[in-house]
Amino acid sequence: MSIATDTSTRRPAADAPGWSPVCPLERLEPERGVAALVDGAQVALFRTGDELFALDNLDPIGGAYVLSRGIVGSRGGTPTVASPLHKQVYDLRTGACLDLPGVAVPRHDVRCRDGLVEVRLRREG
Amino acid sequence: MTGGRVVVVGNGMVGQRFTEALRARDTGRRWQVTVLAEERRPAYDRVRLSAFFDGVSAEELNLHTPDDGVELRLGEAATAIDRERRVVVTAAGEHPYDAVVLATGSYPFVPPVAGRDLPGVFVYRTLDDLEAIREHARGRRVGAVIGGGLLGLEAANALRLLGLATHVVEFAPRLMPVQVDEAGGAMLRRYVEELGVTTHLGVATTALRPGADGAVAALELSDGRTVDAELVVVAAGIRPRDDLARAAGLELGPRGGVLVDATCRTGDERIWAVGECAAVDGVCHGLVAPGYATAEVVADRLLGGAATFPGADTATKLKLLGVDVASFGDAHGTTEGSLDVTFTDPATRSYAKLVLSDDATTLLGGVLVGDASAYPTLRASVGGPLPAAPLALLAPAGGAAAGAGALPGSAQVCSCNAVTRDDIDAAIAGGCADVPALKACTRAGTSCGSCVPMLKQLLDAAGVKQSTALCEHFDLSRQELFDVVRVRGIRTFSRLIAEHGRGRGCDICKPVVASILASLGTGHVLDGERASLQDTNDAYLANLQRDGSYSVVPRIPGGEITPEKLIVIGQVAQEFKLYTKITGGQRIDLFGARVDQLPQIWRRLVDAGFESGHAYGKALRTVKSCVGETWCRYGVQDSVGLAVALELRYRGLRAPHKLKSAVSGCARECAEARSKDFGIIATDTGWNLYVGGNGGFRPRHADLFATDLSTAELIPLIDRFLMYYIRTADRLQRTAAWIEAMEGGLDHLRAVIVDDSLGLCAELEAEMARHVAGYSDEWRDVLDDPERLRRFTSFVNAPDVPDPSITFAVERGQPVPAGRARPVAAAAAPDGEAPARRRQPVTLGLPEVRR
Repeated sequence: MSIATDTSTRRPAADAPGWSPVCPLERLEPERGVAALVDGAQVALFRTGDELFALDNLDPIGGAYVLSRGIVGSRGGTPTVASPLHKQVYDLRTGACLDLPGVAVPRHDVRCRDGLVEVRLRREG
Repeated sequence: MTGGRVVVVGNGMVGQRFTEALRARDTGRRWQVTVLAEERRPAYDRVRLSAFFDGVSAEELNLHTPDDGVELRLGEAATAIDRERRVVVTAAGEHPYDAVVLATGSYPFVPPVAGRDLPGVFVYRTLDDLEAIREHARGRRVGAVIGGGLLGLEAANALRLLGLATHVVEFAPRLMPVQVDEAGGAMLRRYVEELGVTTHLGVATTALRPGADGAVAALELSDGRTVDAELVVVAAGIRPRDDLARAAGLELGPRGGVLVDATCRTGDERIWAVGECAAVDGVCHGLVAPGYATAEVVADRLLGGAATFPGADTATKLKLLGVDVASFGDAHGTTEGSLDVTFTDPATRSYAKLVLSDDATTLLGGVLVGDASAYPTLRASVGGPLPAAPLALLAPAGGAAAGAGALPGSAQVCSCNAVTRDDIDAAIAGGCADVPALKACTRAGTSCGSCVPMLKQLLDAAGVKQSTALCEHFDLSRQELFDVVRVRGIRTFSRLIAEHGRGRGCDICKPVVASILASLGTGHVLDGERASLQDTNDAYLANLQRDGSYSVVPRIPGGEITPEKLIVIGQVAQEFKLYTKITGGQRIDLFGARVDQLPQIWRRLVDAGFESGHAYGKALRTVKSCVGETWCRYGVQDSVGLAVALELRYRGLRAPHKLKSAVSGCARECAEARSKDFGIIATDTGWNLYVGGNGGFRPRHADLFATDLSTAELIPLIDRFLMYYIRTADRLQRTAAWIEAMEGGLDHLRAVIVDDSLGLCAELEAEMARHVAGYSDEWRDVLDDPERLRRFTSFVNAPDVPDPSITFAVERGQPVPAGRARPVAAAAAPDGEAPARRRQPVTLGLPEVRR
């Protein structure tokens, strides 16, 4: 969690976002999500077991920024989060909705370096 | 003639059924229906008449639902049918017809004995009769029933329930002579006498004698004895009401009744007869199932159908004076060459008889007394091969052992609604996967309910597994999980899923386990790992709204609040710009709070003496109350005091579903207590407790559970009720569904929590005592703990930034979520075909609210 790491990972250009530091890893509670503001975008971060996931915080069905407040779990072997609004379940790895074909939430890159959680926005489409 | 004006004479069970059947089939509204009802009450369930003395209200017995295609004229009896002018005449006028359906039923037969007109002598036919009986019974000690048949024994039970010492006088040498044979009658008599009812068999009543006050005081019997009785109910049989038809010149049956053919039509092609007044091919049927069958036949015929009367199912099963009695098919073995197999068990005090064909292969009928569990299977097997060896069938619980799977497709599973096994199998093949679905789809099990166990068996036989597994992570049901957690002392989800489940859990099992742990009093719901199990409402101790904001509901026990507290709520709402609404549960809901505002709002509320209202939890919500005797002119008890006490006692109690309650201070029921999971209504002498009601999707009135309780008797009963519910209900199962699904229903519940049949009561009360003692306000606990408070931020990396997605517009002077059009994706959800909802502009044409 050194300052040097922080500066070296700041995003290099507006159209190619880089890694943004968000918070220390211990601020993410196991098996829960939190919301973060990254470059003005709302990102839902999840920590399950040893893994970190990042999705858009916007529930595409309900239209509210609440996915980070869903219940984390699994379906088959897939790590999931269930929207707190109407309980549709999303694949934490891909953002695909497992209940409604064709519905998906944008996902983002996330990693932990030196105890610090970092997010890189993916702006597809 | 398949349209025009049809006049239905009579609004009893069968007349009502005819009207419903016609309206259901007559989709083109070809018939305009007028119903002439002699009674002032619309149709009610006469089969369950006696339940009136068990606390069931007249309203609950009601069978009538308003229908704008039917003109129901209550209290207007038909006096004549003018067939030439085609009008039905009443005291109020004339009703022209294209068709008449006579549904006049029957009247009680009163033998011509001296004194039959004395005050205190009643028949047992209408709710008015029952009310008159109850009135006369007040302050009297001894009653007698003339007639030991089905109705007579029901009347005897009614007199018992009214607190009278009861005699039954029956002319035949046994009770229920029509349905039961000699040995069955003897068994029945033992049961009845043990209940304190004195029977006088093989004797007739020769006269009724008055006492000093002019009312009946004694019965004189044909053997010379005298029986003292201050109230007499005559239940000596019924006669068809055919006077209207007789006067109109229609032909009658050999023993009375309006003569009709198998199409239920009289000699006049425009006049039909249904139910007990109809002599179908000369024979009258005094039971509701054949009556319903005639109603269906005529409804079909009036619309051009070709239905004919299928023959009468005379099977009966009753719980008379708490004794199961069933009789079906050729109960008396009148078929030539028939064989009897009988079984008498003095230990279980049950008697059973099967009547078989001369080659012992075909079941013709039977009698069951004491244990009638085999009745549904046996009745449905009449006319077909035996589903098992006779002795196996007759052994205790034999019917269940034999199973419905052996029944032929044509066997009638539900005789009340003429539903065959083929009908049930077709519904199962069509996707009905449980009993409620089968009931809704086929009507089977919706009348007397005796076939419900068979519906379960047929689902099993069709291979429909009704799994109790909670979700893919646990094979256990909620009840089993509760027991595992309690017995093994497991206190964490991770240990529970490691030892008894698989995977990581999900939004189904995690909140269930969270609720179980909370019910068992394992500490704050947001502590440690438990925080990750909570549904979002519990996770933020507030109710998530559509825009991602939350609402806040402070507890206002019983709806009683001081002006000072009201002002604080107003100030908080003003300061945080919250939308304010008084809820259906007598509280004030504050909407539009962001996650990061919740602690600040609650700081203000807690400082002013408020605590969490648990509006966010599957927990006790409110106990509503009316004003009660303190202020109300009608109130007979302190409903507010009790509501406050109950709400405080059970606050914070987590359950499989939300729980609501109410207390009404008198029978006017201003608190709507009967629409609650448990409701209390004051009486002159105490409290009546009702359980299993709810509003919501399928509204249901609560059932009367116990009467005239003191407060000290009431509280332990509610304690046990709630704890037993919490222990044994399924996930998200409200109390109504829980009781309905229970084997034995309300009787079972009463046995467990009143009679302590499982020996659980002390334990249940102790668990509740633990809950009450361990309660602490969840919000106060959060505000006192910086660790817990840290979660209440909109963004982990920007704790001071409010969520920019939450914005408000103004409607009627208050904030509401801005931009309420649903996002595009909603149009595709949830099944792809539902069109996007269009919000109706309610302000159009309405006056502006002045401010």
